[in-house]
Amino acid sequence: MAPLDAASPAIDPVAFVRGDGAEKRLDLAVQNARCAACIARIEDGVRKLSGIRSVRLNLSTGRLAVAFAGDDGLAVSIIQTLEKLGYPAAPYAPDTRDDPRTAEEKRLVRALAVAGFASANVMLLSIAVWAGEGEMDIATKTLMHWLSGLIALPTVAYAGWPFFESGWKSLRARAVNMDVPISLAVLLACGLSIYETAMGHGAAYFDAAVMLLFFLLIGRFLDVRLRARAGQAARDLAALQASIAHRIEADGSIKTVPAGEIEPGDRLIVPNGERVPVDGRIAAGEGEVDASLVTGETAPLHVSPGAEAWSGMVNLGRPLTLTATAASQDSLLAEIARLVEAGEQSRSRYVRYADRAARAYVPAVFTMSAATFVGWMVFGGTVHDSLMNAIAVLIITCPCAMALVVPAVQVVATGRLFKDGILVKSGDALERLATARSVVFDKTGTLTEGRARLLNIDTFKPDMLEAAARLTRLSRHPLSRAVSDAAGEGPVADRFEDVAGGGLLGEVDGVAVRFGSARWLGLDRPSDDAAQEAWLAVGDQAPVRFMFADTLRTDAVEAVRQLAARGLDAELLSGDREAPVAETARSLGIERWQASLKPQDKIARIEALNADGHAPLMVGDGVNDAPALAAAHVSVSMGSAAEISRSAADLVIQRDKLSSLARAIDVAVKARARVMENFALANIYNIIAVPLAVFGLVTPLVAAIAMSASSIVVMLNALRLTRS
Amino acid sequence: MTALLWLIPAALGLGALGLVAFFWSTRAGQYDDLQGAAERILIDDDGPIVDDEEEG
Repeated sequence: MAPLDAASPAIDPVAFVRGDGAEKRLDLAVQNARCAACIARIEDGVRKLSGIRSVRLNLSTGRLAVAFAGDDGLAVSIIQTLEKLGYPAAPYAPDTRDDPRTAEEKRLVRALAVAGFASANVMLLSIAVWAGEGEMDIATKTLMHWLSGLIALPTVAYAGWPFFESGWKSLRARAVNMDVPISLAVLLACGLSIYETAMGHGAAYFDAAVMLLFFLLIGRFLDVRLRARAGQAARDLAALQASIAHRIEADGSIKTVPAGEIEPGDRLIVPNGERVPVDGRIAAGEGEVDASLVTGETAPLHVSPGAEAWSGMVNLGRPLTLTATAASQDSLLAEIARLVEAGEQSRSRYVRYADRAARAYVPAVFTMSAATFVGWMVFGGTVHDSLMNAIAVLIITCPCAMALVVPAVQVVATGRLFKDGILVKSGDALERLATARSVVFDKTGTLTEGRARLLNIDTFKPDMLEAAARLTRLSRHPLSRAVSDAAGEGPVADRFEDVAGGGLLGEVDGVAVRFGSARWLGLDRPSDDAAQEAWLAVGDQAPVRFMFADTLRTDAVEAVRQLAARGLDAELLSGDREAPVAETARSLGIERWQASLKPQDKIARIEALNADGHAPLMVGDGVNDAPALAAAHVSVSMGSAAEISRSAADLVIQRDKLSSLARAIDVAVKARARVMENFALANIYNIIAVPLAVFGLVTPLVAAIAMSASSIVVMLNALRLTRS
Repeated sequence: MTALLWLIPAALGLGALGLVAFFWSTRAGQYDDLQGAAERILIDDDGPIVDDEEEG
């Protein structure tokens, strides 16, 4: 579970209470719950509150479902109780929409269970036939075959449906995927078996057909489950950062609601320190906002009535009144959404390993089968024998192992990464990650922490820091927070005023203190970077300069070094001003960097890298990075990133650990090696099995053993990834 | 042959029973929280009798 964004203010849980009267429900995402003791502490702790009807923690998903009666305010006490117990919790709006992937997953589980049941029972009959070869009379054998058919045919009709459907769809689109030969093999095996049993020849492939389906369904299920789980985890991240809005009702009262309920035209209040929940236009109020998540620029932005405000901005000054607007065609976010879509389209040109294999495999198999028929006819076989052998080739080459090769490996690999806090959103993301040749970083919030730190703490007396801190503890401005962080907790000023566009004004121990920009204090001093410094004036004493910078993440240097060691050239693309970008690039040893870039510029650079075959891995977090993330060969976003970036990226790093990048690449490269090994294994199988089929040596026993053996070998090889 | 006539329906019946049991368990949410189920067994929920009376 991702940590809550430390910078975001606590979410008001009352907005998430559902139901009314005696049946109120609240869902919470709880962090740090890992063991039996945690379950007991959490459930008992919450149950002790009055009015609670039931509490149930799901340890696998970290969800706590609470049912209670009485006042909505109880929601706040529940969260406080959990906080006190050491389990920070956030309200969670459960996804009420029916997820098509979950439905598909459930259908596949049922098909898998039916196929498993059928293959066990058909095998029981088949083994009796094989063991009794020579002693069993033909009538008994035919009875056994009819019984097998009775079990197998309904099973094939039910459990084979996913493959028939997908194969048919691909044929209609005038293409062939792996499901075409699979469907053909299963249907031919069943048809042939019915014919043979009816004729009393005694060769039935019912066992092979259902076993094949069973193994194939395992692969299909793993694939769907992987995507469903990744999608779920991504939605969880979004839910954890779900924002609320303070809507001004018709009667002038203020009601707190989930941001999703806001409609265009609604008027909202954005209090000091809170995020702007939806796009809108400032209706009243004036002040500074932190737009770093939107533009990547660390310096605060000044907004006044009429200005556009984008969701993700943080209000640093007095409360702002906002009129919500739908994302209009020319707004920044609409533009970004368009760019993201375009990027995703260009990426869909990537052909997955499995599809690439299918393109080569399918024509080869059909040619081989046709050649077998012609060959037998030429060398004097009967039409019946020639046809039988041609069908046997199709059955034996059914790409069962081929269809398992990729999902088996990817499920194991993403499972490993998931444990390390790396979320892989699609299977082919790993394939693309393994082939990345260069890396492009965003600066603010990605390589850096995205907030200012006080630099020159040693250059002035501690009482100066304390004097400033008494003012800054009352302010949400990024520079104020940096001072408060440096000074720690403590008392605040007696009198306090926040002067918009200037600084802070107050009184400490009877002395007037001012903390703000040089211009506001009337100082005429040269400055390197006005956005990253502030001056403190205590009474009549000489003003003191405080210097700030957005500091690098502790593991940034290490991460860049690790990626360089893996042959990825680093590049820095930032929307921030030139000076801080140059400084960051220098301290990380990144030679190529560009500053003051717009989203379009980032996308252009990424596309240039794509075109040159540099296969860029893009790492970013801001709204302005989203199009570049979508366009890049493969992309990674931070867990604390803007929602649009998280959904545009292929991988999401939870807990914002940059060192996870190298880890993800290592696993991706290993996964690719396993996939290639598995393709080799599947090919070895074909090299052995196809000649047998061509020369008419494949009995049902050989087919059943060969096909299941190849699938099992492929799966075992994939499981090797879990070790080391 | 009589042995077979008994054996095969018995095998199919038992298999089908297993299948039905599996369908029931997925529908009843038995696999919703595997980790939690494994840990919950460790919770010592029978506290001192006095506590029960106080709370009840």
